[in-house]
Amino acid sequence: MRVRVNPIACVAHGVCAELLPEWVELDEWGYPVLDGEPLPAQLVTHARRAAAACPARAVVLSED
Amino acid sequence: MTALAATTGFTNAPLWFATRSTALIAFVLLTLATVLGIAATQRALASPAWPRFASQHLHRNLSLLAVGFMLAHVFTTLLDSFVQVSWWSLVVPGASSYKTFWVALGTLAFDIIVVITVTSLLRGRMSARSWRAVHLAAYGLWPLALVHFLQTGTDAAHGRWGLWLGLGSLAVVAAAAVGRLLTANPARPLRSVARSSR
Ligand code: HEM
Ligand code: SF4
Repeated sequence: MRVRVNPIACVAHGVCAELLPEWVELDEWGYPVLDGEPLPAQLVTHARRAAAACPARAVVLSED
Repeated sequence: MTALAATTGFTNAPLWFATRSTALIAFVLLTLATVLGIAATQRALASPAWPRFASQHLHRNLSLLAVGFMLAHVFTTLLDSFVQVSWWSLVVPGASSYKTFWVALGTLAFDIIVVITVTSLLRGRMSARSWRAVHLAAYGLWPLALVHFLQTGTDAAHGRWGLWLGLGSLAVVAAAAVGRLLTANPARPLRSVARSSR
């Protein structure tokens, strides 16, 4: 699974970084920075939670 | 309760008390849920000790609790024979012959809360934009519930403390809403800065 952020929808709420701190870093303006690497299996549940909690629904998960 | 029922001649006193108490609890929970919904949008209120998702989840859980008490409130109202309210006035505003207008506001609030709750539980399957458009109806819902409570509620319409509870809640919600307006989407203007300087 890979985690991406839709930069148009994202409003820098930072909830994704709170719920998935192992994987999401915020830049100095509060926007998430992601490298698009495959997610380790133990973080998948947390990634789903972060995607569901994003107020803008900007966290995009892809199954590859 | 039975003594009061005997002196006032209420035949269904327990239901009547249940209607009033569940309404009060629902109103207080709805107030807290609304304020927390507003608080959850504020990035400035988040800290490592109280992150945003905490406000968000508390908001969600208090909202669901409020819905539960609101359901209990409307169903005990239906079962109670003191005020004659037909079952369809639960969903159709203006169908009640008892305090038609003020009950209609409560009915409208009930319809809105059902729609907000259902769309929120299906949030993962909707676009963020349409979910949000529906969710903003919460700003209409709360005042409807307040006026319904002040005008229909025995403890507010005929008793002092219900009135104070309503007015106190109004002050809290209004303060939160004004704070929300003053800081509307603080991230938006920042975005252009972030983009252009990259
Ligand atoms: C009683 C029903 C509810 C009421 C009155 C209510 C009210 C509110 C209000 C006033 C806001 C602030 C909106 C804004 O100004 O942008 C909000 C935000 C929100 N609500 Fe609700 N809500 C209810 C139920 C729910 C439920 C059941 C969920 C479950 C997922 C939910 C999830 C959210 C989320 C995710 C936000 C955005 C928070 C943020 O920006 O971080 N709400 N709600
Ligand atoms: S939670 Fe959503 S809106 Fe907030 S920073 Fe993460 S992706 Fe952007």
